[in-house]
Amino acid sequence: MTVSGKATPWFLSAPALTLFAALLVTPLAMTFLLSFNSFSFYGGIENTFGLENYAEVLSDTYFYEIFGRTFLIAFITTAICAVLGLPEAYILFRMKPAWRSFMLLIVLGPLLISVVVRTLGWAILLGNKGVINEFLRDIGLITSPIRMMYTSTGIVVALVHVMIPFMILAVWAALQRQDPATERAAESLGAGPFTIFMRIVLPQAMPGVLSGSLIVFSLSASAFATPAVLGGRRVKVVSTTVYDEFLNTLNWPLGAAIAILLLVSVLTIMIAWNKLVERRYSGVFE
Amino acid sequence: MNRNGFLALCFNALFALFMMGPLLVVIGVSFTPTGYLEFPPSAISLRWFKAILDNPDFIDAAWISLELGLASATLSTLLAVPAALAIGRERFRGRDALQALFLSPLTVPTVVLGVAFLRFLSLFDINGTFLGLVLCHAVIVTPFVLRLVLASVTGVDRSIEMAATSLGASHWTVFRRVTLPLILPGVVGGWVLAFITSFDELTVTVFIVNPSTTTLPVRLFSHITQTTDPLIASISTMVILLTVLLMLAVNKLYGLDRLLIGGEAR
Repeated sequence: MTVSGKATPWFLSAPALTLFAALLVTPLAMTFLLSFNSFSFYGGIENTFGLENYAEVLSDTYFYEIFGRTFLIAFITTAICAVLGLPEAYILFRMKPAWRSFMLLIVLGPLLISVVVRTLGWAILLGNKGVINEFLRDIGLITSPIRMMYTSTGIVVALVHVMIPFMILAVWAALQRQDPATERAAESLGAGPFTIFMRIVLPQAMPGVLSGSLIVFSLSASAFATPAVLGGRRVKVVSTTVYDEFLNTLNWPLGAAIAILLLVSVLTIMIAWNKLVERRYSGVFE
Repeated sequence: MNRNGFLALCFNALFALFMMGPLLVVIGVSFTPTGYLEFPPSAISLRWFKAILDNPDFIDAAWISLELGLASATLSTLLAVPAALAIGRERFRGRDALQALFLSPLTVPTVVLGVAFLRFLSLFDINGTFLGLVLCHAVIVTPFVLRLVLASVTGVDRSIEMAATSLGASHWTVFRRVTLPLILPGVVGGWVLAFITSFDELTVTVFIVNPSTTTLPVRLFSHITQTTDPLIASISTMVILLTVLLMLAVNKLYGLDRLLIGGEAR
């Protein structure tokens, strides 16, 4: 029995709705409109309406390279997160509770620590005179440093570190939904640990891997701090390009067009991925 | 409960090293007595922690981040709690759309949010102001509060509220004395997560600060893109310390996995 009338939910949501209408919907709509404006070096933003910014992005191989690199980095990061995150989540799941809560702090805790700080750690590790190169030189494995700063590889390594807690969380949530009796049943029927993992655990963890992949991919495709610090000017991705257009070149309309293209492509991939997952696992999500 | 095998434990140890490595390196480097980055440090010195005190830029930035985190987390909690009560327990047209809207800042790439806020705030000539920062951060952190409060709202037994109402309590009294205490863990967990998110936010903030409202992450970021020195490591170590303390507190209170998944597990 609800005492409240029909208007109550809207009354309760009104403050949040006002904020979101003013500071989310309006700014996004304005950015969309901005992407059709033109820019001149002397006149600044001109209130015209045309597709020239989109034409510029879509006709220049420079931008194709940036978009291609961004999505390739996001894809490889996602794949590595899935391959490493799934077994780690399963190992955590099988730990004794006391150990597990300690390990969860170690594995998930970095998620709450500033991305800038974590990226600084990778910059110290990956530099030409960084910790990894100095170590490899000291033990005589290399004579000249391996270049890892300002490369896509370096960005991927650091992004995996930033993103993998999301994958573990998603798999973890899926594993907690499974019935432990199924594993015991398989064991009592004579299945070895490998068979149990492949035939019982993996299928039940898969929805978690898929939803984790979605999160990791979309966050990696729009990551800023990590590629900006570890890629520098040499390895540009979409978000650092948008940053440069807005704060260095000051060509806001072009930057807005690139941002809208990023938004549209990320949303398209997410919706397509969701459709794919739903079709495959229509029975699993109740 | 099954036990993990030897190989699994090795994998787990390597994984823990991978997760902790970059943080331990930052902490280690910050104790160097030298003027450059060295790891492991040749001696232990607090030189670079003392140096923080000589850099008011960073201290000012830390205060701004702190105030911004407190203000935006509190504002978004005040907005998200009633919204979560509406979405979590009423059935009305537009409910799903409303929830999707309130969660959408998680889906839109942060860099897109950043330029959108920049465009909006500069048209109203409030770009770079503290007010602008608070409003934008409130939008970004609301999904986190909403998810956790929603999870605890759906767990509330409504018959307790009805009992209170039938005994003559007003709506407001029922909320204050019955509902709020029941959903308090979710509210506090959401507030802490919102605070940490705001305190650490870079990608959006970098677009909407001016020199007088520069936050700590933005200051650290612009310093790191030019040079990495032990000073930046000692400041980062302080950030790590602060976050770990908050994390341990919230882990005791709410459970870290539950906090991060959004309250659905367990």
